[in-house]
Amino acid sequence: MDFVNQLQRKFIDYSSSLHREGIVDDQFTQLRKLEDENSPHFVMEVASLFFEDCEKLINNMAIALEQKQGVDFKQIDECIHQLKGSSSSIGAMRVKNACIAFRSFSDAQNREGCLRCLQQLSHEYSLLKNKLQTLFVVSVASRYLYVCLLMVGRENEHAEPFSDVLVFQLEQQIVAAGGSIPRVH
Amino acid sequence: MEVAGEVLASESQLHVLAVDDSHVDRKVIEKLLKISSCKVTTVESGARALQFLGLDEEKGSLGFNGLKVNLIMTDYSMPGMTGYELLKKIKRSSTFREIPVVIMSSENILTRIDSCLEEGAEEFLVKPVKLSDVKRVMNDCIMRGETEGNKRRRVDKRKFEDDNHASSSSSSSSSSIPSSPSSPLPSSPSTAATSSPLHSLKRAKLRDHN
Repeated sequence: MDFVNQLQRKFIDYSSSLHREGIVDDQFTQLRKLEDENSPHFVMEVASLFFEDCEKLINNMAIALEQKQGVDFKQIDECIHQLKGSSSSIGAMRVKNACIAFRSFSDAQNREGCLRCLQQLSHEYSLLKNKLQTLFVVSVASRYLYVCLLMVGRENEHAEPFSDVLVFQLEQQIVAAGGSIPRVH
Repeated sequence: MEVAGEVLASESQLHVLAVDDSHVDRKVIEKLLKISSCKVTTVESGARALQFLGLDEEKGSLGFNGLKVNLIMTDYSMPGMTGYELLKKIKRSSTFREIPVVIMSSENILTRIDSCLEEGAEEFLVKPVKLSDVKRVMNDCIMRGETEGNKRRRVDKRKFEDDNHASSSSSSSSSSIPSSPSSPLPSSPSTAATSSPLHSLKRAKLRDHN
C-alpha cells in the first residue's frame, strides 16, 4: 500500500503546483469539492467540455484573423467573451487572463496584437490541458490501483505477485499519459 | 380553527429551470443545483426556456413536460434573446410572472444590475457562481414558499365570508384566491405581509383544512 500512498501524495503535490503556478484558481477548488460518490469524475467531465469549447473558439478566431477582406472584430470579441466566461467558470485562471489581454487588442482592432494574443492563448490552453490530463490520470490511477490491490488482497492471501503486475501496467499507462511515478522500494 | 403550520415542505423539491448558452456553465449550474437538492432542467437559450414553459405562441407548449417551474436562473448575455429580455417576457406574462427569476452575469455592471432588479429579478449573481450563491437563492425561495409539493394558495388580505364553511372561533379568517391550473405559485396562506419574501413562513397561520 506504500505505493498507493506515494501516488496519492504525488497527486496532492501536483495539484498544489497547479495553484501555485496560477494555472487554476479557487473556482477549480470549488468544483473539486462538488465531486462525490455519485459523480466522481465531475471535474474531468466539465474540463472535457471546456477543452471542446476552447478548441472550437480558438479555431474560429484563427480563421477570422486570416480573412483578407477584413477581420470581423465583433466576432472575435464574441469568441473572447465566451472563452473568458467558461475559463472563469472552470477556474482556468491563466486562460482567463489571456482572454482579458486579448480583449484590449480586439477592442483596438489591432490585428497583429490579436495574432500574438491568440498564440499566447493557445499556449495557455495547451499547458492547462496537459496538466489537467495528468492530474486526472494520476487521480484515477491511484483510486483504481487502490481498489485493485484491495480486491486482489481479498481474493488471494499470496497477492504479492499479482499486485506487482497490476502496478507495473498502471505505471506504464501513467508515464504514457505524461505523468511521473514515485520510486518504489 | 387556525393552526400555525410548518409550511416548509422539506420533502418537496424545487424545480429550477437554468438557462445558459455556455455548455460548461450549464453543467456547473446543474451540479450546484442538484447538490442543493433541486430538480433541474437546463436549456441553452431564452427561446427554449419560453418553449419549455409553454409561453412560445408559435410553437405552443411542445416543450412543456408538465413539471411546474419554481425558479428560473438565467445567464444575462446570450445570443438571440438576452437574459434581460427573457426576464421581461416572464414578468409580463400573467401566468408566469410570479416565478422568481435570478440573473447570472460575468459582468458586474451597476446599471445592468439595477435594470434587472427594476424589471423584477430576485437576485443578480456575479459569475462564477458558487455553491454558497445557490444555497442563498434556495433559502430565499423556500422562505417565499415556492416548493413543488406545497399546494396551498396565497391568501388575500381582505376578510372573506365563506358561507359554506363552518364558522371558526377565530375572528380572522383566511381565504384563498382561486388560481388557474397552470399557476406556478403554490404557496402557503399567511395573514400578514404575504408580499415580503423575508417573512418566515413558519409564522404563517393556516386555515384548518381538515
